[in-house]
Amino acid sequence: MSRWLRSFGAFWYDFVVGDDWRGAAVVVLALALTALLVHTAAVNAWWLLPVGVVVALGWTLRHAIKAS
Amino acid sequence: MNAAALFLTVFVACAVEAVEALTIVLAAGLTRDWRSTFQGMTAALAVLAVVVAAVGPALTLFPLGVLRLVVGALLAVFGLMWLTKAILRASGYKGLHDEAGIYERQVAAARAAGTGGRHGVRDWYAFTLSFKGVLLEGLEVVFIAITFGDNQGNLPLAALAAAAAVLVIAGVGLAARAPLARVPENTMKFAVGVMLTSFGTFWGAEGAGVHWPGNDASLLVLIPAIAVVCLGYTTLLRRTRAVTPAADVPPQAAAATSADPARAGTTVPTTTTTGPTTGSLTSEEMPR
Repeated sequence: MSRWLRSFGAFWYDFVVGDDWRGAAVVVLALALTALLVHTAAVNAWWLLPVGVVVALGWTLRHAIKAS
Repeated sequence: MNAAALFLTVFVACAVEAVEALTIVLAAGLTRDWRSTFQGMTAALAVLAVVVAAVGPALTLFPLGVLRLVVGALLAVFGLMWLTKAILRASGYKGLHDEAGIYERQVAAARAAGTGGRHGVRDWYAFTLSFKGVLLEGLEVVFIAITFGDNQGNLPLAALAAAAAVLVIAGVGLAARAPLARVPENTMKFAVGVMLTSFGTFWGAEGAGVHWPGNDASLLVLIPAIAVVCLGYTTLLRRTRAVTPAADVPPQAAAATSADPARAGTTVPTTTTTGPTTGSLTSEEMPR
């Protein structure tokens, strides 16, 4: 049963996150910061996620090249 | 996003997935057993139908803001995965996604695998290979169609685009009885990656509570901006690549480095059935 659960979890992790967790981590962090700024500081931080996406892409590319 | 753009985006994204599923189904069917292959495909489609039946109505239970936050995050992450691979391929750091090569490896693995049936299936290997390929690729088709359709309030059109893509690719593939290696897959992945990332960013940020300047019109700036950034990364990596030793260039990378993303990925179709013997799908051959 635990083996099945591990396989099930690994499948969904691979499906959603993929080979590199960095992209997912930056997107989640940027979204959390955006929500925080909007709801606690009343800052309309529409620019934060696009910046996060560009940074995430650069980071994953850099890591992929180093790994290769 | 108007109806035509929604249809086109979902159609292209789903066509890419369908091409990959077709490669696996053909490898299983042509080298093993068509009946077991179709049984695997049918079983996978049944599971996907259950997923659609369960997820579709469940989506309506969530507030739109929460839905956009979650779906936006997932789409952005998916898009980043597609873009990373497309940029690495277009810049020459990674070999182009080669359906013919993948097909050859699948065929070799299928021939090397043992025979035998289980649970009323004549060839268990063909069944599982087909089931796994169709389910994995199908999940992405379902995810893209549901998320784009639901967010745009036009689920029937998104479902129609997904179904059309699958039917067109399946029809062409079964008629040709060969993997669709002429499809410019890297170009399509690049374009779809830009769209998924852009819409994921737009919906995710909206879900987090922001108001985009110009509302939906901001997509007309966001999509080109992300495309330009990706092309910039590609150019930068090509220049970096140019100063590295030629011995490090992976197979097919030379073609990619001399071609722009709009041309990368075009190869000649083949029905060759020889090739290196590898196991089942590698991570490179998995759907994305």
